[in-house]
Amino acid sequence: MAKIGVIIEVENNEVKSINNGVITAASAEGANEVFAIFAEGDVNLNKDKVGIFGATVAVHLTAGNADLSANPDIQARALGELAKDQNFDGIIAVSSAKGRDVLARLAAFLNLPLALDCTQINFGDNSVVKSHFSGKTVATVKLSPDLLLCGIRPNVIEEKETTSDISLLEYDAKVEDPGLMKIIEIKQAGSHKVDLSEANVIVTGGRPMATVENFKILEVCADLMNGAVGASRAAVDGGFATHSMQVGQTGKTVSPKLYIGCGLSGSVQHFAGMKTSKIIVAINTDKDAPIFGKCDYGIIGDLFEVVPALTEALKNG
Amino acid sequence: MNIYVCVKHVPDTAVNIKISGDNTIESKGCKFVVNPYDEYAIEEAITTVKNAGQGEVIVVTVGNSDAIASIRNALAIGADRGILVKNDHYFLDSASTALALKKAIENDGQPDLILMGKTSVDSEGLQTQYRLASAFNMPIANEVSKMEMGEGKVIVEREIEGGTRQVIELKTPCVIGATKGLNEPRYPKLPDILKAKKKAVQELDISELGVTQDGPVAELIKLEAVAERSAAKIIDGSTQEMAQKLVKILKEEEKVI
Repeated sequence: MAKIGVIIEVENNEVKSINNGVITAASAEGANEVFAIFAEGDVNLNKDKVGIFGATVAVHLTAGNADLSANPDIQARALGELAKDQNFDGIIAVSSAKGRDVLARLAAFLNLPLALDCTQINFGDNSVVKSHFSGKTVATVKLSPDLLLCGIRPNVIEEKETTSDISLLEYDAKVEDPGLMKIIEIKQAGSHKVDLSEANVIVTGGRPMATVENFKILEVCADLMNGAVGASRAAVDGGFATHSMQVGQTGKTVSPKLYIGCGLSGSVQHFAGMKTSKIIVAINTDKDAPIFGKCDYGIIGDLFEVVPALTEALKNG
Repeated sequence: MNIYVCVKHVPDTAVNIKISGDNTIESKGCKFVVNPYDEYAIEEAITTVKNAGQGEVIVVTVGNSDAIASIRNALAIGADRGILVKNDHYFLDSASTALALKKAIENDGQPDLILMGKTSVDSEGLQTQYRLASAFNMPIANEVSKMEMGEGKVIVEREIEGGTRQVIELKTPCVIGATKGLNEPRYPKLPDILKAKKKAVQELDISELGVTQDGPVAELIKLEAVAERSAAKIIDGSTQEMAQKLVKILKEEEKVI
């Protein structure tokens, strides 16, 4: 039975839901033993949250008195020690900002291959699938047969609940801190809305949004679906939305179940950031907009009429 | 203040990619540019050296002989000189790339800072800078959108989910991966492009550097075009009807809400 470590991302002592699909992937339908690794947060409190998706061991990872969340380098080194001690066959994590950072440090430190932002993983032949050329192609990449290191794009693998007992493991790594870097401050953003890269539903506005105010129309609609609001590069460049809302090649890559593009033409660069969405809906006044040639459902109409109508239909439905 | 900027020569993201054979692309006829994220690194390097009042910006690139165009581009923007490490294979794993960059840099001089973009838009590895930092025993921060030089250190900010920002202190020399928001890259003017032709570019072959890896490296087995979705099912009716039909489809057929 292969042993796969999953680095669990925790926020405010809660296991983020984006971990669930990754745990499911690691389990490979119960074929693998899954070690859910907690470098922060209360393991006892959270072990069942990872157990229900297939984790068989919850690991409390420490490195003496080090604050692992303040030092991703030490966290990576501690993970390396754990992998050696437990004889892991792989370590995977969600390819979030924190996840890809710690995985890259681990890969560099161990000098092993790593693939990030993967959409598929095949433990049988140590291969993964990921985008190359900004979503225009998919690449199958073979990694190390000794320790597979991989980051999985949020939401691409469906979470699956299962019954499994979960045991606890305490592991204190003996690692040195070279003292070269440290996270000295965390600046929280104002709102605590779900991040675009983690959202299951996204409603995006393009250039026709025309003002910052108008984005509220999309917010009201997205809220009814527990979704987030995104923006195209044109909308951001026009000053109607902030860069953190931008979806696309030079913005965020997202993979929600539902993506509704309002007033989007459907540029290659925008699609690079959202083409792995499960269902794409386009609303545009121009029947010849390129987006209608590459999405699932289309409504030819004015977003300023259609989106409020959608909001009404969601309220009543 | 000597800053090395690692730049990659990549296909313009606006162009179509033609796959050749199992696992490479047809580069002929494809427009290549400076990796967009590297532009922020070049700009930051130039400003930092200018503020320091002394030093050089040296561009280092691993690529085929065509990659010199991206070096010239960086020189036109304001870098002082370049180093091209020539390699004919389109895809080179990040471990070998990082080692080639490390050796080319250390053979050249002492870096105070090494900058590059957060990732390349072709292989999207997001990791070469980490391997380069490890090879040099330097600290590293990636996806940096704010940077401030201090005494023997750099303070950077990077954004994580939810708009939260990590403020990180790194001792210099260090490696930094730049992303959008760090600065506004300048564009070269014609006189600068002409002047750039006179700036020095050293060319060497990757075989001179000894970068073969002992252990396993990432291997690109297959490259395939992505099947696009076909044309959308257009929903018709009055505005209200279309909205209601869509909600019904999303709830009952597609089950996404």
